[in-house]
Amino acid sequence: MSDHCLQIIQDYGLRSLGIGERALPRTDFTLCHEFTLIGSGMLWNIYFGTIALAFGFVFSVILALGKSSCRAWLRKPSEWFVFVFRGSPLFIQFFLVYELLTMLPRQGIDLLGLTVETSWLTRAWAGATIVLFLNTSAYAAEIFYGALQAVPKGDEEAADAYGFTGWKKFRRITWPTMMRLAWPSYTNEAIFLFHSTALVFFSGFPALRQQGDALYYANYLADKTFNPFVPYPIAAFYFICLTLIVITIFGAINRRLNRHLPGATKKLRIKPQIIR
Amino acid sequence: MFASCADPSSLHGLNWMLCYLGTGKHLLFYTSFGTVLLLLAITAPLSLLFGFGGALAARSSFTPLRWFGVGYTSMVRGVPDIVFFLFVPIAMDQGLEYMRHITLCSDWTEPVRQGNSFLVCPQAKLPPNTAPQIYHKIYGFLLAVMAFALVFGAFAANVLFGAMKAVPHAQLETAQAYGMSQRQVTRRILIPQMWTYALPGLSNLWMILIKATPLLFLLGVEDIVYWARELGATKSQIYAYPHPDWRLWYFLVLLAFYLLMTKISEAVFARISARLSRGQATLGGETQRKATP
Repeated sequence: MSDHCLQIIQDYGLRSLGIGERALPRTDFTLCHEFTLIGSGMLWNIYFGTIALAFGFVFSVILALGKSSCRAWLRKPSEWFVFVFRGSPLFIQFFLVYELLTMLPRQGIDLLGLTVETSWLTRAWAGATIVLFLNTSAYAAEIFYGALQAVPKGDEEAADAYGFTGWKKFRRITWPTMMRLAWPSYTNEAIFLFHSTALVFFSGFPALRQQGDALYYANYLADKTFNPFVPYPIAAFYFICLTLIVITIFGAINRRLNRHLPGATKKLRIKPQIIR
Repeated sequence: MFASCADPSSLHGLNWMLCYLGTGKHLLFYTSFGTVLLLLAITAPLSLLFGFGGALAARSSFTPLRWFGVGYTSMVRGVPDIVFFLFVPIAMDQGLEYMRHITLCSDWTEPVRQGNSFLVCPQAKLPPNTAPQIYHKIYGFLLAVMAFALVFGAFAANVLFGAMKAVPHAQLETAQAYGMSQRQVTRRILIPQMWTYALPGLSNLWMILIKATPLLFLLGVEDIVYWARELGATKSQIYAYPHPDWRLWYFLVLLAFYLLMTKISEAVFARISARLSRGQATLGGETQRKATP
């Protein structure tokens, strides 16, 4: 790597966060430019995916429990939430939520004398994360719901026989099995989520000051150089790396979840093929 | 459109709304739903065909062909589909123009890639610069269809490959024992039998395909998303039908459209699944057999 390339990395490495050089290069793109800019955009994809996944995990478990509840006032809203978010394209959801958020009063909402700022919600870092969070919650809720239904009857009966009830029974018996059963599908869901973060800056959310994600820069470079054969494969390369990292982390968790079982090192079957 | 709509500024309430929804641009909006359905109607069989070819190639005993099949099926793993949607149309456009360039203008000496631009001779342009606007639209739509078919073909190949592996081996061996050749086994046993195993995956794929159609917008096709943004945007007083920002409502209509499509598809697939599992040695088929007296 030449000094020249190091300089480019210094200038554009954190360009997507607004740190470093202000103007994007316009001519004389080198391979180093393309790798640096697209890699810098990748930070956004990682940010969106990680935050949405972390919060979505908690919410999706709540939704799954709601969906399997016998009380209609808990079940119905969960079912509708899952149906709406799984039944419509993520692309439309981005547009819809963006329009919804821009309708909030510009000057903020007056709440008990305090002014609550709302303009930050229309920014991609907040708004798009909320959409991704809701979306992944719905998809993961369906997975966890399926796993919850698949918890062996014998496990529950054994727990009853041992005198487990309520929260303790859920925490010690149902929850671990549910996680174990759901984990392979949930791994796929995590991969799809990282893939769908590529949609953010192509939907309603504008990229402020040209600070976009990996695909945003790949698209910019392809437009500027009229050559799609370099930037898109670079973006693809980065996404493959990200996918491999996700698989590694989730595989480790999977091994831990299955560690008490004989032949526990059952391999995860990764078939990422869902888009929204 | 109607005589009573001639002067929009004099209209109020429901009449205004009816005339507003009947404007020429709204009619284009309604036909763009047809564009989406057309895309689905062309892409679904085409990608099934691609998938079929990919799955058969991946099972082939001829090694290079198998590599090709496996490469194609694993193409979509790990990379977001939208990368392909952005990549394939430009790549194909440039590829076609380059091939025409080589054949049509062999005396052209300048390189095609000059710094930051892609230059082919004027005759090689697709569609020709002089062609009417409609051809440009059709060409753009066809490129989009190809991108969709390629990506979803790879998905379908994955599903069909799995389904072919799921057909009980005993059935194939029995067919061989009856003296059928490898080709006959594939045609008479494997392919008819695999559908019941492929259906869950294919129905899933169809749902995904429906939900991928708004990406047409990114490919520059004037689809429902394009018109929803266009029509919903704030119209000032210089327009015949001024209104504030109504994009939210337009997008709600799109949301309802997609939810409806999902619901209908679910119902249709439930019926197909019931039909396909009739007489099958699966749990679904067994349940049906017991239910009929």
